[in-house]
Amino acid sequence: MSTTAKIVLALLVAAALVFPFMAPNDYAIYVMALAYIMAISTIGLNLILGYTGQLNLAHAGFMAIGAYTVGVLTVDYGVPYWIAFVLAGIIASVLGFLAGLVSLRLKTHYFSIFTLCVGFIIYLIIEKAEGLTHGTVGIIGIPAPTGIGPLQFTTSITQYYLVLAFLIASLWLMHRIVSSLLGRTFVAIRNGEDLAETLGINLMRSKVLAFVLSTFYAGVAGALYAGFVRFLGPDLAREHHTFDMMAFILVGGIGTLFGPLLGAILLTWLTQSLQFLQDYRMIVFGPLLILLVMFFPQGIVGFYNEQRARRRAAALDDARAKRSVVAPSAKEAQANA
Amino acid sequence: MVRSRAVPLIRGNSSRLTNPVRAVRSARGAATVRPRGYRAGGACRIGGRKPASGEGSRPLNIFFQQILNGLTLGSVYALVALGLTLVYGILHIPNFAHGALYMVGAYVAFYAVGSLGANYWVAMLCAALAVALLAVLSDRLVFHPMRNSPPLHDMIAAIGLLLFFEAVVQAVWGAEFRRLAPPYPQIVRMFDLVAPAQRLLIIGAAFGLMIALQLFLRRTILGSTIIAMAQNREGASLVGIDATRVSIMTFAISGALAAVAATLFAPINLVYPAMGNLVIMKAFVIIILGGMGSIPGAIIGSMVIGFAESFGAFYVSTDYKDIIAFALLVLILSLRPEGLFPSGVR
Repeated sequence: MSTTAKIVLALLVAAALVFPFMAPNDYAIYVMALAYIMAISTIGLNLILGYTGQLNLAHAGFMAIGAYTVGVLTVDYGVPYWIAFVLAGIIASVLGFLAGLVSLRLKTHYFSIFTLCVGFIIYLIIEKAEGLTHGTVGIIGIPAPTGIGPLQFTTSITQYYLVLAFLIASLWLMHRIVSSLLGRTFVAIRNGEDLAETLGINLMRSKVLAFVLSTFYAGVAGALYAGFVRFLGPDLAREHHTFDMMAFILVGGIGTLFGPLLGAILLTWLTQSLQFLQDYRMIVFGPLLILLVMFFPQGIVGFYNEQRARRRAAALDDARAKRSVVAPSAKEAQANA
Repeated sequence: MVRSRAVPLIRGNSSRLTNPVRAVRSARGAATVRPRGYRAGGACRIGGRKPASGEGSRPLNIFFQQILNGLTLGSVYALVALGLTLVYGILHIPNFAHGALYMVGAYVAFYAVGSLGANYWVAMLCAALAVALLAVLSDRLVFHPMRNSPPLHDMIAAIGLLLFFEAVVQAVWGAEFRRLAPPYPQIVRMFDLVAPAQRLLIIGAAFGLMIALQLFLRRTILGSTIIAMAQNREGASLVGIDATRVSIMTFAISGALAAVAATLFAPINLVYPAMGNLVIMKAFVIIILGGMGSIPGAIIGSMVIGFAESFGAFYVSTDYKDIIAFALLVLILSLRPEGLFPSGVR
């Protein structure tokens, strides 16, 4: 990592740390923390969509599974929050593993449609299994995360820092994943499944792994959501939440580390400022999504990376041009002599 | 309301009494049972898919009602799935916006009948034309310019269209559930069996359209250009087929079919902004089962899903009837990832 990147990163973290003291009211802190939670889930979706190239439309369903695990366990069975939290990640990944085993046998749009159906099945089960999930009434009164040692998460500011800590941890983990050989395997699959397979990559195993990791992120984000919002309804599993996350990824930059976070924060605040349009925000978002994929498919971070790569290539070209100018003249000198 | 009338009718059948669970189920199933001679504008229960029947207590009649139900559902699904499968031949991506076209069709018909006082058939024609135009516009403005981008981008654009149509309809007509008055509230009786006219109309119209479409595609030159294009794009261009004309025609046909399906189904269902979501998801299931791009596959798949739903809702559980199609898909794709009928037009 270059020094400028390190400085920018440090500035970003500092900005996030001082945000609660700059925020005009508690509500702004709440909205920001919610944007972070959605960003964690979106970072997970980006792994399977952006890096591995599979459009999984059941992502919100897995987030709901994580959230409901926490909700059901803490409210109905009195399980402590953090135990439920760990179980939420595990259950979402296990179900993700099972769903991935079946769905990843299908390619491209077959996979998308299949996961759309999986998401709908998750929603219907949550809505109809009233004995377990309280059905359409939803789960009310989920306890806030309990304190760890001296740390307490009772105020909105402390909860903000808790979510921020998880966000930074998820970004760090994702950075480790995508810069490892495993991450390059995923990108190779996105760029061409046949070629990847010829290179000796086990397609099915890598894809299932990407799917499980992404559902793990969804499960953790869902668990945080349950402890933060403290109310759950079956609507959380609906496909339009997946579509929202897809919009975050596209705006921020598909297949980039910070794209999902940037998109989540930008669009959440845009929605907040269009509050009067709450129900109709899709009149703006729908065409925005279309225009983005038509004219700006790389997103903000992707655009920045592209510009940087172009500058670097231009610098390399310049250097090469200088060298080739020197080389022939030397040859000429030899020939003359 | 009606249920209290229905229960005595059920009690008339002693065999049903021996099993209390079944008796409750059939009472639920027969919630729309009306006494003889009941003939009013509301012959079709809102949101219900159970038919009105004069003698719902007879097992044979109940069985017949389920067949009628299955055929009705299957016909509506077939019209939607046919449009989807035709467009797949051109776009090579599933058009997620197709369900929104279906929904817009229902609203146009609702507006034409309710606010303009148009005749039902005129309203259907208006809906078909309006939605055909909308489908062609979405092709020309969105899908055609994107024909060279990765499939992922096309799918996302289609989702953007879906969200946009839904939001616009909700802004114009609101999120409330609305109802299109049935044009033919009568009940047809034949031998011992009864059937609401609207259901027979749906089945008749759908099968008529399917036959007409099949004849158009197989017997006319204009129609075979669509098939040629779906089979091989470059080949079709080489023999002088105009790709632009074919894709406009295909989108227009698919939009019109979706609008007709919505107008046919609206009188026995409800009209609301999210009405297309479930139908389109089932249409996707159908074209995956039938093999994407295959026309006979789409029709057979529709009937399979229609019957599975009507019998499943009655004999298994009404709560989970919407899950049946998806469970079937998961089951079949787990065993046969290539679908039931992998060949077809393509």
